[in-house]
Amino acid sequence: MKFAVVVEVQLREGVADPQGATIERSLPHLGFDGVSEVRVGKCIRFVIDATDEAAAQHEAEDMCARFLTNPVIEDAVVRVEALVS
Amino acid sequence: MSARVGVVLFPGSNCEQDVIEAVTGLGGEACLLWHGDRSVGDVDAVVVPGGFAHGDYLRPGAIARFSPVMAAVAKFAGDGGPVVGICNGFQVLTEAGLLPGALQKNRGLKFLCQTVELRVESTNSVLTCEATKGAVLRVPINHFEGNYTCSKETLAELRADDRVVLRYVDNPNGTMDDIAGICNEGRNVVGLMPHPERACNDLLGSSDGTTLVRSLLVSAGVTSLPA
Repeated sequence: MKFAVVVEVQLREGVADPQGATIERSLPHLGFDGVSEVRVGKCIRFVIDATDEAAAQHEAEDMCARFLTNPVIEDAVVRVEALVS
Repeated sequence: MSARVGVVLFPGSNCEQDVIEAVTGLGGEACLLWHGDRSVGDVDAVVVPGGFAHGDYLRPGAIARFSPVMAAVAKFAGDGGPVVGICNGFQVLTEAGLLPGALQKNRGLKFLCQTVELRVESTNSVLTCEATKGAVLRVPINHFEGNYTCSKETLAELRADDRVVLRYVDNPNGTMDDIAGICNEGRNVVGLMPHPERACNDLLGSSDGTTLVRSLLVSAGVTSLPA
């Protein structure tokens, strides 16, 4: 089966995020008030062949631990969805 | 006795010739080590130079750490061989787990290209053994991701074990505890963001980097160096 995977990579809590801070400071100048806790991350999408959803999830999490994230500064949220063929 | 320094060349490295020039200018020998090779040959020291290994895709060093030569570099380091990562090379060594922590984007979100002052904090490492503790060296930096960060526990360990070998006099990039360079527990692996190889000739604005390159050559077994 094929599964669509979305990996959302974020800086870990407590790790300074200069991009997020800059965006947060800019928003009020454009009239967007009341915005806080801006964090910038990245999103990695791919399709994976796996026997079931749990296997796809496990595979993607293994990728995160070994390659897609740097655990010293980043966390990842993995979302898996079966593709209808 | 001379010493042979292997300089790792990844696709996207761009400081390897500067390192070779600095090493040979001080009387050492140097050779390139292709990233696809599985051996470091008969070198006495390894330098992972600056640049943009594998385009810095995903994260600086994230792909380079899987290059075949890195297993040989890790083995060489594990056996006590001197290994120095400069700039992108420092990023590669942290990704490879040879040094703790990580390098984040500069606090000001600007690529920094300037000469800075570094203070020698420890002379107990392969890159600082010939320096004087407290000496201030003028050396250029050239990076976007040079903001060193690590857990509180790791920072406490680095400080307690005298493993912060170089600090910025005036923190340019938000780096934790003004850290410019650190070493591993064995003190034979050093990573630093500044480029000592680009400060080895007065024509380039500073020759303070020679102290560091000379230290590496001494660590690699050179017994007589021209003054």
